[in-house]
Amino acid sequence: MPAIESTKILKQALTGYFQSFFDETVPRQKVAWCTSVGPSEILTAMGFKVYYPENHGALLGASRASEQYIPVANAAGYSPDICSYLTADIGAFKKGETPLTKAYGIPSVPKPDVLIYNTNQCREVQDWFAYYAKEFGVPSLGVFSPWKVDDLNEDQISYVAKQMQSLIPPLEKISGNKFDIDRLREVVALTKQTSDLWSEFLGLATARPSPITFFDGCIQMASAVVLRGLPVAVDYYRQLNAEIKKRVAAKTGAVPKETTRLYWDGMPMWGKLRFFSDLFERLDTCVVASTYCDSWIFADFDPADPFRSMAKAYTKIFINRSETHKEKVLIEMAGKYGVDGMIFHDAKTCPHNSNSRFGMPQRITKATGIPNLILDGDVNDLRCISEEQIITAAESFIEQLTHVPRNARA
Amino acid sequence: MYYAGIDIGSSYTKAVIIDDDGKRLGAAVAKTGINFDEAAKTLFNEALKKAGLKKDQIAMVVSTGVGRNNCSFAQANKPEISCIAKGSYHLHGASCMVIDIGGQDNKVIKLAADGRQLFFKMNRKCAAGTGSFLEEIAMRLDTGTDKMNKLAAQAGKSVPINSFCTVFAGTEIIHQIRENQDINGIMRGIFESVVKRTLEMAPIDDTVVLSGGAVATNPVLIDLFKEKLEQEVMLLEHPQDVGALGAALYARSLQQGAPDEQK
Repeated sequence: MPAIESTKILKQALTGYFQSFFDETVPRQKVAWCTSVGPSEILTAMGFKVYYPENHGALLGASRASEQYIPVANAAGYSPDICSYLTADIGAFKKGETPLTKAYGIPSVPKPDVLIYNTNQCREVQDWFAYYAKEFGVPSLGVFSPWKVDDLNEDQISYVAKQMQSLIPPLEKISGNKFDIDRLREVVALTKQTSDLWSEFLGLATARPSPITFFDGCIQMASAVVLRGLPVAVDYYRQLNAEIKKRVAAKTGAVPKETTRLYWDGMPMWGKLRFFSDLFERLDTCVVASTYCDSWIFADFDPADPFRSMAKAYTKIFINRSETHKEKVLIEMAGKYGVDGMIFHDAKTCPHNSNSRFGMPQRITKATGIPNLILDGDVNDLRCISEEQIITAAESFIEQLTHVPRNARA
Repeated sequence: MYYAGIDIGSSYTKAVIIDDDGKRLGAAVAKTGINFDEAAKTLFNEALKKAGLKKDQIAMVVSTGVGRNNCSFAQANKPEISCIAKGSYHLHGASCMVIDIGGQDNKVIKLAADGRQLFFKMNRKCAAGTGSFLEEIAMRLDTGTDKMNKLAAQAGKSVPINSFCTVFAGTEIIHQIRENQDINGIMRGIFESVVKRTLEMAPIDDTVVLSGGAVATNPVLIDLFKEKLEQEVMLLEHPQDVGALGAALYARSLQQGAPDEQK
């Protein structure tokens, strides 16, 4: 599989971002920890440096360091059945270690002055942040989003927007900075640009062969997650998209002999990205799209109406929607990307982002004729993943697809 | 021409030799052990002997099963679900639901009237409902599955087991014995839990054909499937070899240049 050259720039950008938390040549900015689909624009606009524990969780998974740390958290009373981002992260903190040291040369995770969470992804983030609030003796403030929403209504938007606005007074106190709505508009505009470029990047996978895989997306999304609201993210995706568009023009496939296209629903199995990438390449199969990577597309962001548009965008994320809505989106995505089959990752410790537990794969297959495969696994806990079972299931699935009329094919 | 299929399973390895008509000429089965390739070679030779053939008469060997990549003399390998599907259709010749209970995997496979594999489901990452569960319980009770079958066949009704976990199911059984529950019923309950775990995997909406080592060696399972499904179920001929037969059929179709042919 050809390497994406721009990734080197991404690595530099991320190194710059992480090292800036420890830059002693400039006055220390206050640090806010924020959930990855939280209102980080408010924090950036108010002069905080924003750190994302979920990004750290993913790094712990991708580097397989989670294997050492999850048991530490389990032993301390954090169940093996709860979010393995949380257990890996708390376990690493308890051991005083972080993969950020090796990856970006920083001594530890940056110390927070405040923690801000949004329950739009799951309810466990509240308990995760509560741990650190106690450890660091700093406040943890939350936005409680309506859950499993179908079509978002005005009451729901106002409810979330008001909560976001109510964060301002305590944040002014903690940061020592006065809130400036125009600065927020600027940051929201940057996030909107980042989001549009990220959406364009993912959309390039509609090409045949696809120039990118879901596994590329899992790497490239780092900028949309941790650098959004900053000019560097916009610059990065412009460069990345230019590179990938050349692939499309040259018909260069991320999987050299792409014969099968799949959709991935649910979380990545972070410690197995390479395993899956190699497995599917061997099977001439490209996983072209996912709900996970799409979750950082915030089409509703609007600088003219920052709070309400943020409320709308952050509450409308896929994970926070009703089964009916999710089903509709997945069917649309399957059609848009012309997939032959759909994989549903049933993540042991992430029920909120496992969409195979209420009959959805079966309903979608019935409605579209596109076969599905449910893979048991986990986000970070390798104890919940059986490579052998996955290989058997994946090989059998691809073999099966050769016998099913490919009605989704272009 | 002649073709061989080698199924290196988690518990047993099976070898089947067929001719151009798909007729089974020789077969062999033995514990897999720790050297997959060695087991495959031994059983291949044994099957050849039974078929009255020599190695160089075999046009192609296809391996399958958990050890499919460890068979040094196979020219190709195929996933076991595809092989079980192919072998089952060859034997049954009509649309059906195949229920295969192997050592560590259970599979439910739906086949169309023309033999296409429409759907499959494997057990979750758990030994509940597999052949390993029965072996583990037999070991725990210091008995054999033969005896467990005999006792279960005499039971009026089952003593149910609730636990999903093999280890805790063992504990539950010990508790039932301690409570002086009917031993035959307890044995029947053990087999019934395998059937229940399997039927939880997918809806059954066609004729059921059974394959796999566990159904080959535990006849009580067949009766229990009939009882729970309230329909006839068919045990495929040589149920333990169905995957190996499918691999041999793949060898035949690959040799004939039809890699995707499943009939």
